Order: sequence, then C-alpha cells, then structure tokens
Amino acid sequence: NSYFFETNANNTATITNLLKCFLLCWLYLCKDIRCKCICPPYRDVEGQIYKQNVSLKDCNCLHVVEPMPVDGKDVEAYCLRCECKYEERSSGTIKVTIIMYLSILGLLLLYMVYLTLLEPMLKRRLFGHSQLIQSDDDIGDQQPFANAHNVLSRSHSRPNMLNKVEHAQQRWRRQVQEQRKSVFDRHVVLS
Amino acid sequence: TFFFFTQLNGRFLGGKVRFSFMENPGYCSGSFDGLHHPSDDDDDDDEMVDIAGATLDFSTTDDVPPLSSGGYDEYSSSSRAGMNGGGPKKLVDLLEDPLPGVGTYEDFNTIDWVREKSKDRDRHREVPDTKTCFFLFCVLLLALNAPSSPPGALAGGIDIAAHWLTDLKGGVCLIGFWFNHEHCCWTSNETTFQERDRCPQWQSWAELIVGNSEGAFAYIVNYLMYIFWALLFAFLAVILVRAFAPYACGSGIPEIKTILSGFIIRGYLGKWTLITKTITLVLAVSSGLSLGKEGPLVHVACCCANILCHLFTKYRKNEAKRREVLSAAAAVGVSVAFGAPIGGVLFSLEEVSYYFPLKTLWRSFFAALVAAFTLRSINPFGNSRLVLFYVEFHAPWHLIELAPFILLGIFGGLWGALFIRANIAWCRRRKTTRLGHYPVIEVLVVAALTALIAYPNSYTRMSGSELISELFNDCSLLDSSQLCGYKQPVNVSETGVGNSLADRPAGEGLYTALWQLALALIFKMLITVITFGMKVPSGLFIPSMAVGAIAGRLLGVGMEQLAYYNHDWLIFRGWCSPGADCITPGLYAMVGAAACLGGVTRMTVSLVVIMFELTGGLEYIVPLMAATMTSKWVADAFGREGIYEAHIRLNGYPFLEAKEEFEHSSLAVDVMRPRRGDPALAVLTQDSMTVEEVETVVDSTHYSGFPVVVSQESQRLVGFVLRRDLLISIDNARKRQDGVVSTSQVVFTEHAPTQPPEAPPPLRLRGIMDLSPFTVTDHTPMDITVDIFRKLGLRQCLVTHNGRLLGIITKKDILKHMAQIANRDPDSILFN
Repeated sequence: NSYFFETNANNTATITNLLKCFLLCWLYLCKDIRCKCICPPYRDVEGQIYKQNVSLKDCNCLHVVEPMPVDGKDVEAYCLRCECKYEERSSGTIKVTIIMYLSILGLLLLYMVYLTLLEPMLKRRLFGHSQLIQSDDDIGDQQPFANAHNVLSRSHSRPNMLNKVEHAQQRWRRQVQEQRKSVFDRHVVLS
Repeated sequence: TFFFFTQLNGRFLGGKVRFSFMENPGYCSGSFDGLHHPSDDDDDDDEMVDIAGATLDFSTTDDVPPLSSGGYDEYSSSSRAGMNGGGPKKLVDLLEDPLPGVGTYEDFNTIDWVREKSKDRDRHREVPDTKTCFFLFCVLLLALNAPSSPPGALAGGIDIAAHWLTDLKGGVCLIGFWFNHEHCCWTSNETTFQERDRCPQWQSWAELIVGNSEGAFAYIVNYLMYIFWALLFAFLAVILVRAFAPYACGSGIPEIKTILSGFIIRGYLGKWTLITKTITLVLAVSSGLSLGKEGPLVHVACCCANILCHLFTKYRKNEAKRREVLSAAAAVGVSVAFGAPIGGVLFSLEEVSYYFPLKTLWRSFFAALVAAFTLRSINPFGNSRLVLFYVEFHAPWHLIELAPFILLGIFGGLWGALFIRANIAWCRRRKTTRLGHYPVIEVLVVAALTALIAYPNSYTRMSGSELISELFNDCSLLDSSQLCGYKQPVNVSETGVGNSLADRPAGEGLYTALWQLALALIFKMLITVITFGMKVPSGLFIPSMAVGAIAGRLLGVGMEQLAYYNHDWLIFRGWCSPGADCITPGLYAMVGAAACLGGVTRMTVSLVVIMFELTGGLEYIVPLMAATMTSKWVADAFGREGIYEAHIRLNGYPFLEAKEEFEHSSLAVDVMRPRRGDPALAVLTQDSMTVEEVETVVDSTHYSGFPVVVSQESQRLVGFVLRRDLLISIDNARKRQDGVVSTSQVVFTEHAPTQPPEAPPPLRLRGIMDLSPFTVTDHTPMDITVDIFRKLGLRQCLVTHNGRLLGIITKKDILKHMAQIANRDPDSILFN
C-alpha cells in the first residue's frame, strides 16, 4: 500500500517537475541570442554577414565583425555601412509547438483511421451480422452500425460513465454526418 | 440606433416581451426530429435538427435544464392564480418556471433580438444589489478578455507550424527537425552575402536523396518532392475536414457575419470545428495553395469565444449577449492574424458585426490588446515584433505620385470586381454541377496544378507572406536579391545617406525579376479564383495583397526607371533631380496591396489602419487612403457587394444588409402575406378554441408563429405565439397536468371564461404569448418597415388595417421582395 502511494507521489512530482522545466524553458532558458551584422561591398571588399553570440550592449560593428577586412582608417567608413541587429528567439517554444502539433495531427489521423476502418471490423466481430440493424439513410456512410451501441446497452449492464461516453460519441458522429450532408452533398451551407 | 432601440423598448414593450419565429413556408419548419438530445454540456452539440424534418419529439424536454427565470414571469400577479382555474396557492410551474425548451431556437433559424434584449434586462432586474453587480462586472471583464489569449496562443502556434511545414517541402534541418530554414541557419557562420539562405545544416531533399544540389537531376528530385509534399498536405487537410468537422472549410467570415446578424448555425463554433480548423489550416497553407490564414483565424477566435461563453450563464442563455462577445472575438482574430489590434477592432466594426453598441467597442479594444500581448510573448516572427511586413523605409513621397497611386486603385477595383464575379460563378458551378460531388479530388487536382506551375518561378514558390515582405522591401546596398539587381552606380561616393540609394538603372537581375513577377501576377490572379471556396480552410487576404503588391511593385519599378531616364520631363523636374532617391517601389507595392484587398472586400477605414499597422509606415496614410477609396468606387461601379456579401447571397442566408438602401415606393400591404388568392391568415382565438383545434391548425400549416385575436369576427389583435412554444406547452400539459384533454379550452386571457362544472379544466397559455408584437399599418411605406426590421432585429411584424389584423410580414418576405426588386431570383433565399 505504501509502495503504491510512493510511486503515485513520485509520478506527480515528476510531472510537476516537467511542467516547471517546460515553463522555465519557455520563459527564461532555451533562449538563443545573436547579433547579426550585414556589411555591404566596400571598394574591393566583398559583402559579408557576421554573426556572434553577444548581448545587446555589445551588438555593434566593432565587436562582431571579426576579422576586420579593412585597415585602421577605413574601419569607420566600413562600419558606417554595416547594419547590426540584435535578435533573440526561443528554440524551446518552437520545439514544443512543433512536437505538440505533430502529436495532435497524429492522434487525429489515428482516430480517423479507427473510426472508418477498425471500429466497424471490431463491431462485426463482436456482434455478428444478425444483431445489427442497418439504418435507412446510411448508404455509403461511415457508420452502418449506428444502433450497435443501443443493442449493446440493452444487453449488458455497463457502468454509467462508459455508457455516457458511447452515447456522446454516437451523438457527435450523427452531428458530423448531418454537417457532411449539408456541406458536401447538398451544398446548402458553405458552398 | 441603439438609443432609439432602447427608447422604443421602454415605451412600448413594458417589462416582458416574448417574441416568436416568423413564418417559414419553405425550409426550416418549426420542428425537429427524434434525434433531439439534451444539452448536457455544450450548446453546439445538442438539438440535432433535420432541416426538412416534420416530426416532433418532446420526450426529452425533461433533461434540458430550465432556463433562467428572468423573462417569462407575468407582470401582473394573476399568474399565480393557478393553472387549472384553481386557488391562488397552487404552484404554477408552467408560468413561473418556464418549460425547458421554451425560448430557445432551432438550427438554421434567426434569433429574435428584441426578446433576447428584454430577457437580459429582466435578468438585470433580478440582480439588484451593487456588490453582485461589481462581482459580475469583474467576471464579465475576465470573461470577455479570456477569449483573447487562447486565440493569441493558437495564432502563434499556427504561425510557427505553418512556417515549418512550408519549409519542409524544400528540405529538412539536420540539427533538429523542428527548425525551419531560417532558424536552422540561425547560428551558422557559413552564410555568405550573396547566398544568405544557404548553410550546411539545412539540406534540401535533393541533397539528402541524391547527394548534390546542382544539376538537372537534383532539380527534378526537388520538384517531385515539392509536389509530393504539397499533395500530401492538401490530402490530409481535406480528409480531416471531411471526417471531423465539415463546417471547418472555407473562410468562415460570411457565416460569422450571418451568425452575428442573428442566424443560428449549431456546431459552427464548436470545439471540434476549432480543433479541425486549427490543424487543417496549417496543412492547407503549407501545401502551397494560394490562400491565406486570416479569415480562418477570425473563425478560430470566434470558436474560442463561443466555447468560453458556455462557462457563464449570462452568455450561454442569451443569444444577443453572446453575439456581443463574438464581435469582440472577430476583432481579436484579425488582431492576432496581422498583429494589428486597432485594425482588428475596426474590421469587426465595419465588416463583421451587425449590432455594435459602443460598449462592445472598448471591450473589443481591450480583448485585442490582450491578444496582441499574448502573441508578442510567443514571438512567432522573432525579434518581439508583431508586425508581419515590417517596412523600414521612411522615404517621402511627392504629390505627383498620387496619379500612379490612383491608377493602382483603379487596378485594384477592377480586379476586385472581376475576381468576385469569377469566384462566384465558379462556386455556383461547384454548388450545382457534378464538380461539387468530388471535393477531395478537386482539392488534390488544384493542389497539384498549383505546385506544378508554382515551383519553377521563385516568386510563386515562396509563400504569400514571404512574397509580400520581399515586395514591400526597399532595396538598399544590404540586399542581394534579384529584385534589387540594379546596376552599380557609376560613382561610388555619390550614394545617399547611410545605405539608402539613389535611383539606379535596372540591371540584369531586375529585368529577370520583372518578367518573373509578371508571370506570377497572372498565375496568382487565375489560381486564387478557383482556390477560394474549396473544402479546406482558406482565407483571402494574403492572396489579394500579393496580387496587389506585385502589380504595385511593377508599376513602382516602371516609374523609377522612367524618372531615372527622363529627369528633365515636366512631371519630374523640381523634385526628382539626378542622384536623389525619389521613387520607392516598395511604397507602390504597399499601396497596390491595399487597393486590391479593398477592391475585393470593400473595406475602407479598417483596411488603411490594418495596412499602416502591418507596415509601420505612418507617413503613407494619404496614399493608402487615396488608393483604397478609388478602388472602392471603381469596384462599386460594377457591383455593390464585397466578396463576403456575395457569398452570403450565394448561400441564401437571411442577411438583411445594413448598408443597402431601400428605394422603392411599395407599401407594407404589397409585401405582406397572405396575398390575394392565398388562404386566410391562420390565427388562434383567445378563448374559443380547444386543444384539438389548436393542434389541427398547427399541424396543418408550416408557420412558426400564430397571431392570437379576440375572435374570428373582430380580428382584433391580442398577441403572438410561437409554434415551438405552443407545442412544447401542450405536450407538457397533456403529460403533467390533470384533466387536460383534447376538448379542454385553450385560454390566452388572464381569467378563464366560466365553464360548466363538468367541462375539463382549461389550458392557460398566456405565459407563452407575446403581448406586444410589433405592428405596422397597411399603408406604412416599405422603406420604413425595412428600417424597423433592421434596427430592431425583428423576425416578423404584423400588419393591421383600421385596427384589425390583416396579415404578417416576415424577414424572409422582405428579403424576397428586395431580391425581386433587384431582379434576382427570390427563391434563392433559403433560410429563415
């Protein structure tokens, strides 16, 4: 029993640590800075771009442009043409955003595959063909076994939460079907 | 109008108003089928409505939570007299606690603004003390501005993901696959001045697959990979939209305009639509299709606001209050799309909202501010900039240059009018012919076509925002792009201050860039016509601005070269001497972008504000205004509607245009129903009909409301009652109350008439009747009637003659009448 509580406490501690780390990373750490100087062609010196990891107060031509391509008296004229910009970015934000986006996209694709391919197969295997009732308006539609859940709920006694979830899911699928009919088939809304 | 509205309310309506639906001879009868399920969580996934359904099922009304008790109590105390003519002590559940379902609306129907406003006022009366007022005010403030940071965060995420996916078509970053091209080369020191985009950490697909990046074979590999990725993204976008939320396709702004004017589309602003639209928007933009993400971001922001409204009873129950929040959310959407908070507020005011009282103005402003702050903290553009196309030049412009600016305005107006006609014709073809049966294939074909033609031209290969940034950029010595390929000046020391350059003759690079841009212009003009309106989230702002920017830049370079070679012409003499920097082609691109966008959407003030917030160029307000006004005038000469109104009309939404003027001399009697030859108006009498007779009248017609008169002979008006409320009440009474049978009297008066002792108890329905319906006389001119409908948001209005009820005018009748006058098909109005 105590072991169970310990692991639970450990888990919550890890999660809070991760969250703290993520927040810190987003706000303070994982920030990259750079100073980028673009120097155009000058006399016989070619144009060049210099980048260095300096802070805002050091972001000028003298600190960043190394090695200086012109001699002493021309340095000022050369530096006058150079444009130095201080930039910062948060690579942590970018990483987290892209990974979150890809995971949500992956989840949606998996769910779609499940809804269109796997669920009918599972239902067919669980119930057999005889018990299922085809609804009338589902020609070529994705849920030919819309009443499967009704059959299921009548035959077994399941906990209420699961029933609710199934119920909500069925309702949602009917809504999407209606939307699909009005948008894609009848072109009534959103031509 | 708001002031007038409240005055009118105060004087005529008293405290309690109940309004009803209008009649609907066609679609959307007042019924819903057996799939009606209670709303236990969101409003958007309850009440499945079949558009042409005919059956009623009220068995589930028990589960719908009761409405807030505000607006349904009778003013007089006689409501407590009891239901069945019994003693005053009897609890009157029908009149005190309104039945669940009474006062709600069905899908694809219009709300009644007056009823919602009075509901809200009654709710305010229930909350008298100031402490709760203050608390509510704070909660309200939080509620109104809570919608703005989720859209800000979402917009930042969408930007980052879209940039990454767009660059993924070209190659991949080796140091971390999540970096796009620019961020991959951020720290590398191997970038050179001429090829500042190359670095060894970023490998194109040809380099990865084949090994080298030059040569014909590498080009072909890159080309094929580009097309592959474009097709993959487009395919994923359209199948996700089809599978999860078909309402997520298109721009969303026409539908949001209609929703804000009072229409109801259930599920349009729901959570699945939000998730799907966010994910597929990124995919659609990255697939290289000629579309932008600003319109869809407005939809996303409104979804966030709608979902957050469900946490607060005040906004969940009252449709009119909810629309105030949605107006603010539309402002937030544009604000995070462009980084233009003030422009967003003005956009909401000018384009999207229908009723925009002043308190919504400051709330939208605050919401846009919070959203802009959230966006800045995410920093998607780098350098903590909110501005998308930051313009760093401040070169002055001369008055003579107004002539080419006006020319750009004319071009923008012409293109706008042409684009709207072409796009509507294409969308109509998609709606009516077999083209509309294959949405997935259509998207794939268009994506393939776009990728095929866009890749060879470097200006169409880059994304719309990149193209616009490059076109807005003024060339200096620091640039090495093709567009800045001028010949070097003869005498190096004669260059201007700092790095701004005098006008120079065009060099090789610039000539190449010019004809590539001309081809890009033609391509973009044609491809956007067939792209906008497809079954993926698609916006219109960036493609229109791109077309305008290309045209502007071409004209600007032309002017620059003209000024360089002809210094002694009259128009250039005096202000453009040799060696001076007179013409800034970047400015012409800006003005062109504004002109084209204005020509398509017909925005004026909001467009100018958005443009100078986008670019930071406050000196250029006058040229922007000149071009925008010219483009609006020219485009209006060809057709009065912008693209969004044209789509509203194409879909047949019941949108009463607030900007049009009704200039016909018809009277109310010409538009009302029943016309001569129609069956007589279906009315109910106040105390001489039985339940069975009422049910017969209701079942034999499709009307969604019935006037109640004193008697069939006198036809003096008592009130108006909703079909939906009637049926709910009768059904409930049959089940719950003792003794109500088919032969019971239906009584709309305060006191039931005396009954013989063995008669069944009467059914009192005064509580659901609207006691103060709006009426006009039969000789009221139609322009006043239309004005009343617009300003008050009515759904129907009764017509009387000499005090007796003559007929009814509904919003749909008005829309049909206006369509007939404009020689359009009146049957194109589909909804109520």
